[in-house]
Amino acid sequence: MGFINNLIDKMFLEDVNPEAFAPKVYEVAGLPIKSTVITTWVIMAILAIFAWLSTRNLKEKPKALSLQNFAEFIVDSIQGLVDSAMGSGKQKYVPYIGTLILFLAFANLIGIVPGRDLFNLYTPTADLNTTFALALITFIAVHVSGIRAKGIGGYIKDYFEPMPFLVPLNIIGAIADPVSLSFRLFGNMLGGVVIMGLLYSVVGILIPGIASLYFDVFAGVLQAFIFTMLTMTYIATEVD
Amino acid sequence: MDGLSLIKAASAIGAGLAMIAGIGAGIGQGYAAGKGAEAVGKQPEAQGDIVRTMLLGAAVAETTGIYGLVIALILLFANPLFG
Repeated sequence: MGFINNLIDKMFLEDVNPEAFAPKVYEVAGLPIKSTVITTWVIMAILAIFAWLSTRNLKEKPKALSLQNFAEFIVDSIQGLVDSAMGSGKQKYVPYIGTLILFLAFANLIGIVPGRDLFNLYTPTADLNTTFALALITFIAVHVSGIRAKGIGGYIKDYFEPMPFLVPLNIIGAIADPVSLSFRLFGNMLGGVVIMGLLYSVVGILIPGIASLYFDVFAGVLQAFIFTMLTMTYIATEVD
Repeated sequence: MDGLSLIKAASAIGAGLAMIAGIGAGIGQGYAAGKGAEAVGKQPEAQGDIVRTMLLGAAVAETTGIYGLVIALILLFANPLFG
């Protein structure tokens, strides 16, 4: 046992403290507020300020490298994504899908902002509350657009397909969608946060930076994309 | 050995066992990537669509592995058995 204790002493610069991976909890008027909520507000502020700045003086022909040009590029690519993933005539879902992908991209990438101890920024999507709320919005969007597209009778009839006794399975399948959506994003981001926290306490320089490219940047962007793609797929299959 | 250390030891072993779930995710992702490479070889002009579909399938295949990871993290950092 002495050898293992020595190894652990050598490996970790300081004691591994599970609290280091947990969001900080503030007290506001007697209510606990996690730092994930504050980070969510910061991201909302960034996106709102960007939207305000880029649409302030709308021009017919914006200059190259202007903010309006960049915003138009983002809107254009989201419209193209919705067109290719959901089929034509689904442009009314562009605002929701665009909001989702922009918010998730910022939320998943905020972990690489330095000075986490200073600002207490914490990846909001590494909290089951955030991801489950997003998945619940998707769930409601899927079923409301399903009822709108097929009518309430057609919507209920779909649960009796292909055979009537499969109703319980169909209902469980419908409920499993938001659960798997939220747990996928939550597990990926929390895994990234925990692994990066452990790595930072083992080695101080270089290696965490390289690992961060995979666990924060690659996994974050991929999971934001996956969440929106699955949302679009669920809505498209429910509507068609 | 008192009860608490027994629970701690069993939780650590359980966290390791939960990560066996990674095998299934690995097989699924490897299969998706292999099929994706095959499809690009057949139709190089459709590479963008193929990569997008492959990433989606790989992420869905990853889900079960992520469930295992969540269980392992709960056992290690938020164990409900410690009371």
